[in-house]
Amino acid sequence: MGRVLAVIIWLLTLLSVALFVSKKWWFPPSISEHGPALDRQFLITILVVGVSFTAAQIGLGYMVWKYRDTGKSGDRALYTHGSNRLEVLWTVITAVVFIALAVMGQSVWASLRLHDAPPGAYTVEVVAQQFQWNFHYPGKDNVFGRTDPSLIDDSALNFIGLDDTDPNAKDDSVTAALAIPVNRPVELRLRSKDVIHSFWVPPLRFKQDLVPGMEIKVHFTANKVGKYELACAELCGQLHFKMKSYMLVLPEDEIKSLSALSQEQFQARMGELLAKYQLPSD
Amino acid sequence: MSAETHEAVHRHEPPKSFIRKYIFSLDHKVIGIQYILLALAAVLVGMVMSVLMRMNLSWPGTNWPILGTLFPGGAPGGVMNPEFYLSLVTMHGTIMVFFVLTTAPQGGFGNYFLPIQIGAEDMAFPVLNMMSFWVTFIGFVVILSAIFLSGAPSTIGPIGGWTGYPPLSALGQIAGPGQGMGMNLWIISIAIFCVGSLLGALNFITTLLNMRTKGMSLMRMPLTCWAWFTTAVLALLSFPVLLGGGILLLLDRLAGTSFFIPGGLYVSGLLSGTNPNFPLHTGGSPILWQHLFWFFGHPEVYIAILPGMGATSHILATFARKPVFGYRAMVFAIFAIGLLGFFVWGHHMFISGMSPYSAVAFSLLTLSIGVPSAVKTFNWLGTLWGGRIRFTTAMLFAIGFVSLFVAGGISGLILGQSSLDLPMHDTYIVLGHFHLVMGVASIFGMFAATYFWFPKMFGRFMNEGIGKIHFWITFVGVYCIFVPMHVMGLVGMPRRYAAFTEYEFLKSLHPLVIFVSVAAIITVIVQLLFYFNFFWSMFKGKKASDNPWEATTLEWNTATPPPHDNFAGVLPTVYRGPYEFAVPGAPNDFMMQTDVGTEVTSGNGHNGHKH
Repeated sequence: MGRVLAVIIWLLTLLSVALFVSKKWWFPPSISEHGPALDRQFLITILVVGVSFTAAQIGLGYMVWKYRDTGKSGDRALYTHGSNRLEVLWTVITAVVFIALAVMGQSVWASLRLHDAPPGAYTVEVVAQQFQWNFHYPGKDNVFGRTDPSLIDDSALNFIGLDDTDPNAKDDSVTAALAIPVNRPVELRLRSKDVIHSFWVPPLRFKQDLVPGMEIKVHFTANKVGKYELACAELCGQLHFKMKSYMLVLPEDEIKSLSALSQEQFQARMGELLAKYQLPSD
Repeated sequence: MSAETHEAVHRHEPPKSFIRKYIFSLDHKVIGIQYILLALAAVLVGMVMSVLMRMNLSWPGTNWPILGTLFPGGAPGGVMNPEFYLSLVTMHGTIMVFFVLTTAPQGGFGNYFLPIQIGAEDMAFPVLNMMSFWVTFIGFVVILSAIFLSGAPSTIGPIGGWTGYPPLSALGQIAGPGQGMGMNLWIISIAIFCVGSLLGALNFITTLLNMRTKGMSLMRMPLTCWAWFTTAVLALLSFPVLLGGGILLLLDRLAGTSFFIPGGLYVSGLLSGTNPNFPLHTGGSPILWQHLFWFFGHPEVYIAILPGMGATSHILATFARKPVFGYRAMVFAIFAIGLLGFFVWGHHMFISGMSPYSAVAFSLLTLSIGVPSAVKTFNWLGTLWGGRIRFTTAMLFAIGFVSLFVAGGISGLILGQSSLDLPMHDTYIVLGHFHLVMGVASIFGMFAATYFWFPKMFGRFMNEGIGKIHFWITFVGVYCIFVPMHVMGLVGMPRRYAAFTEYEFLKSLHPLVIFVSVAAIITVIVQLLFYFNFFWSMFKGKKASDNPWEATTLEWNTATPPPHDNFAGVLPTVYRGPYEFAVPGAPNDFMMQTDVGTEVTSGNGHNGHKH
């Protein structure tokens, strides 16, 4: 029985490790500047995790293989209550390794979250609502027009409550897909009209909740032109699984020409761009 | 009645009537069994729900005629609605976390065995004990009633996940299906459950501190008692916070308050304050709920698993025929886990909009909690090392616990890092992680406990042959279900999706999704063997003696099953530590805690090691 159990534990360990090592199912290739550093941190962590997991399971299998009761009469187990030296040793080793991992992990976090977006970042307001994304661009003047919840009227397609009487709003555009420049810092100002949603673009290695009542500013830099799926990652109601949009990462000049367009032209051009770019096919 | 019992007498006569004996019983043993039966009923409901969810995820759009017949609203024409699926998610999580993982390990086995293991005649407050069970039972009835009274015919409960984040959960029907009466019942059920758990926690703490028999010093207690005690302390400190949060959430829904609802919301075409269906709200904070919820929710994870750790330590020592390796370190590790468990709740909220500086602290503290967890694992291996292992079904499940605890716990090193949480948060890797460690590892601890203590509780063994088949398939099954979820998370699969049909990036995962569902369905079916074994053995199992496993602790000192006052009027006196196996020179390879016999160094993990 002990040997069977040992072999099964080892087999399950081997298969579990193989599932990761094969990389058949893995992160999509990174499209963000912080992606490689994050991937490196993940790799270091998964190595520690993999080695600890494998060692513990091999050890467990070894114990049950080796120390099964052979039924010999008078044969007794080792009488010991442990070893303080060992306890101190493995406490210190695990503490050092685990806390070192946590400290190393802070650098990516700090670069993204403990600093504001660099000056000159391309800024978009993101306003989520049940099962739809709205992206608000400031236009040529680079100033967002005033918005007010009391002006929201979904039936009139004013999803974000943009104040048409505000001069700054004249050149603003609101679309259902996100367009950002490549290789330039992007700041998103995240808001929600109703419940909590979460902005999630897998190859961007980036996620952030949109919380009603708050404006959350986050920033990142995308470094690969293309079209990517944008999903909601926080349960927001019945059609949560369909709350989908796209993020277009575009050359700088394309972004410039978009900014110069009127709302209708902007939307039409976005339609063309969405059709032009293909989703990455692994 | 014996005259030499010691002074702390909480005697109550064995009741005669059926109702006082089996229904409104004051006997901690009957109450323990009531909790276990409640958990057995709840886990069946939770499992059936998980199978329905897997069916929908793997074969979306399939017509299941039986579903259409049973739930014409939720699965019209036999095809499941997304809102039906999401109500399953919510109910599955809530029922499993509260009514299974919190009831069986603590209310069930803890209630039954804590008083016996410390040599007490009953719990300190038998009436409170009875109330805690019946309050919990009412909570269960209320959550089940949400299936039928959810307020929307297309759901069988609220939509919110077991975390019930507002404003979705606070706005009422305006926020969509699953936000009506079902959500009220969900909150009320959890509030009732909190009260029941608080009553239980008071009882456990008082009993353990005041009612240990002569010679039962704290460091002579079995590790199970340390685990139940720490769990009770966690429950006492964390459930009030959830209770408070639940009351505030209910007020937001019913009394027009705005604890969790900010101003200026625009929901389903209506602005807050412009319509009687959507009164004016202002000034609330959705994140406040997350702090309150997770201040409870994270200790809750340890409430679920600590008793399993205790049972595993207990059973590993018994069947390795060896003292627990590093008893003292194990006690400190339990404390450290309990204490640190209160300072890590923010790792559920790295991307919630909480201050990113708090995330730094929470991340460091979270990885620290891996240290006592690793210490426990080392000591379990140390306990097996040099043992003479007897592979009973209980032992197999205890070894399985160690394997699963490592497999599930270790990915905490990934998820606990705020930077890595950016891609991982709310994906399937989180599901794989917490199901393995908090879900099935805890359940394996309970399976081990059931096979181990069943002979004491019912006077008969469970069938070992059926038990072993149950173990092998379940052990392999849970690995097949939950390890693949980790790589699904790497690809980015979000949790709480009713279907994966909308996204190209999820298409490549389809074979894994099917694999997991098939494994889950097989594993769930095999659990029927356990149910059969449990109830069949109660009446037909092989008869058990008083100490069939040749174990050492006090529950094996008394009759099988134990008499109404546990020790037939004579409380035992304890002379040694709990796990004195293989003592050199002793006549048997085990020495009961009550054996006067040869004086051995008092056996609490400090032999030969001077401090």
